Amino acid sequence: MLKTRIIPTLLWKNIGLVKGIGFDSWRRVGTVLPAIKVYTMREVDELILLDITATDEMREPDYETIADWAQECFVPVTIGGGIRNLEQIRRLLRCGADKVSINSAAYEQPNLISEAAKRFGSQCVVVSIDARKTANGDYECYSHSGRLPTGKRPGEWARFCEGLGAGEILITSIELDGTMQGYDLKLIEEVTRQVSIPVIASGGAGSPQHMLEAIQHGANAVAAASIFHFTEQTPAQVRDFLFSQGIPVRRTVT
Amino acid sequence: MSVLIIDYGMGNLASVRRAFEEAGAHVFISNDPSDMADAERLVLPGVGAFHDAMEALREKGWDKAIKQAALKDGLPVLGICLGMQLLAEMGTEGGETQGLGLIPGRVIRLEPVHGKERIPHVGWNEVHFQGPHSLFDGIEKGTDFYFVHSYHFVPHDKENALAITPYCGSFVSVVGRGTVLGTQFHPEKSSKAGLRLLKNFLKIK
Repeated sequence: MLKTRIIPTLLWKNIGLVKGIGFDSWRRVGTVLPAIKVYTMREVDELILLDITATDEMREPDYETIADWAQECFVPVTIGGGIRNLEQIRRLLRCGADKVSINSAAYEQPNLISEAAKRFGSQCVVVSIDARKTANGDYECYSHSGRLPTGKRPGEWARFCEGLGAGEILITSIELDGTMQGYDLKLIEEVTRQVSIPVIASGGAGSPQHMLEAIQHGANAVAAASIFHFTEQTPAQVRDFLFSQGIPVRRTVT
Repeated sequence: MSVLIIDYGMGNLASVRRAFEEAGAHVFISNDPSDMADAERLVLPGVGAFHDAMEALREKGWDKAIKQAALKDGLPVLGICLGMQLLAEMGTEGGETQGLGLIPGRVIRLEPVHGKERIPHVGWNEVHFQGPHSLFDGIEKGTDFYFVHSYHFVPHDKENALAITPYCGSFVSVVGRGTVLGTQFHPEKSSKAGLRLLKNFLKIK
């Protein structure tokens, strides 16, 4: 049986590992490389590494640094931040990325998704969607690290991206991110109902119970950062909890 | 043991190299088939689409060189993910495309058998060996390996299916014919069990 993945997310800004609340008030929580080494040693299911300022600063991905990190990463890794063209994707895959995550560029040039899927295969194209609740209780997608409203609804946008060839959706609740109050379950449902590709839930995890809820609401994988940075919880403990609740998870040999 | 990783412009080369180095191999990455003279093992990695990958291989003459090495010289070959699929006679991703034809069979899309199965098949799933094989030495039956793919290899001959994985019914996750081997999962990303499998590949005679 396919196992439900638990995925630590590492956000970085100028080499340092950071974590914010609601895509704001970033605080430094360490350096990236040691974190990658620890997660590799602990045999996490996957890692997501996102450069949160590359797009806004109109920067290229920092290939050299990413290659150094990937060297130490023996678990599957998704890399994102600042990706705007096929050549960048090619180079990131070459550096050791297993998948790339595309967010802002997808709204400006949707054909990047279809071309990337055609050239590199859908399996390595993750579309990352950041969404915020609107006044009337719906959701709207935001680009550029949650700064620019796009007028798109997450479920419909996810479905559109699936049609273009996206292989996975990473859905993040902007308001709940970093709050550790739990995932936005309604948002997860809105997206998982609309697509037939895997969906990774992100934003708000504060306990293993929150992860269980996200999975019960349709998520195929759960991503989290704060819970691992700021609490004693480890991915292995989350795994044990989910296993006790009947969720298929990977059992690693210790 | 010298391992040549074929660079045809679309592989996750860095991870494969690193994992083989960890397994104790001397690794070199090459985009020139004439380098094969020094190789004791051939690895065909792969991220991408079948059609484009075959075109890239043909462009450099890798298709003929790989066949020659595998069939005439008996050089052990390991195809990983798309690299495994390319061993087939025919692929259907991006239009029907002729593959390397080292193992009889076709590559087709995974079809969910119930609504909860999503495609691509992404994550850790069990690999059930169909019989003993030196590639699996020291690895427990049913160990989880890391997958990320939408297509799968349907071998023509049952004896070329070395392992199966339960998803979309079940699909063949390891193929083999003589010393030509292929894994649908990524051993280089499958932590300890994956590393063990690569070490086993280095020992195959």
